[in-house]
Amino acid sequence: MKHVAAGLCVSAALLLLTGCKREQRQLRAEPAERATFAAAPESPIVPGGKVPVKVEVRNPYEGDAYAIAEGEKLFSSYNCGTCHAAHGGGGMGPPLTSKNLTYGSEPENIFDTIQKGRPKGMPAWGGRLPEYQIWQLVAYVRSLSGQEPMSATPGRSDDIEYKTKAQLK
Amino acid sequence: MKWFAGAQSVLDPAGPQAGRIHGLFEVFLWVAIIVWVLTVGAMLIAFWKKHGGERHDDTTKRVVTACGVITVAVLLALLVASAVTGSAFATVPSNNVMNIEIRGHQWWWEVHYPDYIPHERVTTANEIHIPVGRPVRFKLTSDDVIHSFWAPNLSGKLDLFPNRVNEAWFEADRPGMWRGQCAEFCGLQHANMAFWVIAEPPDKFNEWIENQRKPGVMPSTPDQAHGQEVFLNGPCVVCHTIRGTNALASVGPDLTHLASRHTIAAGTLALDRGNLAGWVTDAQRIKPGNRMPPVNVPSKDLEPLLAYLESLK
Repeated sequence: MKHVAAGLCVSAALLLLTGCKREQRQLRAEPAERATFAAAPESPIVPGGKVPVKVEVRNPYEGDAYAIAEGEKLFSSYNCGTCHAAHGGGGMGPPLTSKNLTYGSEPENIFDTIQKGRPKGMPAWGGRLPEYQIWQLVAYVRSLSGQEPMSATPGRSDDIEYKTKAQLK
Repeated sequence: MKWFAGAQSVLDPAGPQAGRIHGLFEVFLWVAIIVWVLTVGAMLIAFWKKHGGERHDDTTKRVVTACGVITVAVLLALLVASAVTGSAFATVPSNNVMNIEIRGHQWWWEVHYPDYIPHERVTTANEIHIPVGRPVRFKLTSDDVIHSFWAPNLSGKLDLFPNRVNEAWFEADRPGMWRGQCAEFCGLQHANMAFWVIAEPPDKFNEWIENQRKPGVMPSTPDQAHGQEVFLNGPCVVCHTIRGTNALASVGPDLTHLASRHTIAAGTLALDRGNLAGWVTDAQRIKPGNRMPPVNVPSKDLEPLLAYLESLK
């Protein structure tokens, strides 16, 4: 009888597990997923004094842990760290760990900045990077200032951490 | 054992190391066969003999002791044979060694031929040319996760670690083409992370490396020139290098002499126009998860781009 009860408990626990959401990895960006991008306003001020209409642009990868990790890889692959420092801490280019970026911190603003470039040094990556990669970079950049959910941001890096003998001591 | 000949077979050694390992394998195999036949034979004899009850005389004791001693002796002999084989090629021979640096990536192999003269250095991918009869020292490291370098016809396995350099060496004693593979699970496309080792007579090897040292071939037809323009103004340039042009990135494989290779996508596909087209436009269909993004090239640009890539001999 005890065994039957234990068996039932285990089955019930397993059944509960099926309710867990498993994040899907989108390995092959569908053409429809490559967001059709409408230019977003970079200034909140509009002539006539009316309240500006908020352009609804959503990052398809918002809160997607895989995309954020991919964005991190792309960030180093494309040498973004040369100007913005290895983890976006800032150097020759501005830090990306701030919630108030020079040209806006909304996903569409960051997309625009990467796509079109900005004066005084930010190259225009449009046409060189597929749009889905720019969105992955956007997700990563926003994760640097805590604007992506904690559940999707890795607590540690994907790489194997390397310490020299001196560091280990 | 010529029945087992093949481009990726430990039973078809093509160099001294693989030969020694194969020799050791044969010793183990035959010893194991003899021991198995004797053991099974003794068991069958015991099975068919009339059951005479338990016996505790001196003969039984002697037989059991002798069998125990023989077993230990055979195991010790095998241990010695294994240690001798291992130490025979533990040290890299010091003269006339050629150096090759290998960097593992998810999921392809970056191959460097270092040289003191910077412009004589050669970088290629997924294809390792070596001269016959000359020991080659491999310096192995990884860009991301742990991989393992294994060309069964030439030597044993050795792991590639990030931030660490491991050394292996081998030698080919006859010309040929052998397939190697990553032997440590490294992610989604681990199974499609292969390479070819091509052993050639020294003069043919020199011819090959002389060609590899040259910058990429300049386009010779208007079609190829248009293709080069597409390459240099499109997404390709962000990850790939073609020496002699503005493409100098090192995220993906060096394409300077792409058309001189036999395969693309780390041994996954033969290099031909159709496969190249499939790879450029939708690499994720072929190797899901790899780092090559789908490239939206209009067909009027795709054909010239392929013509240019195919001209990079």
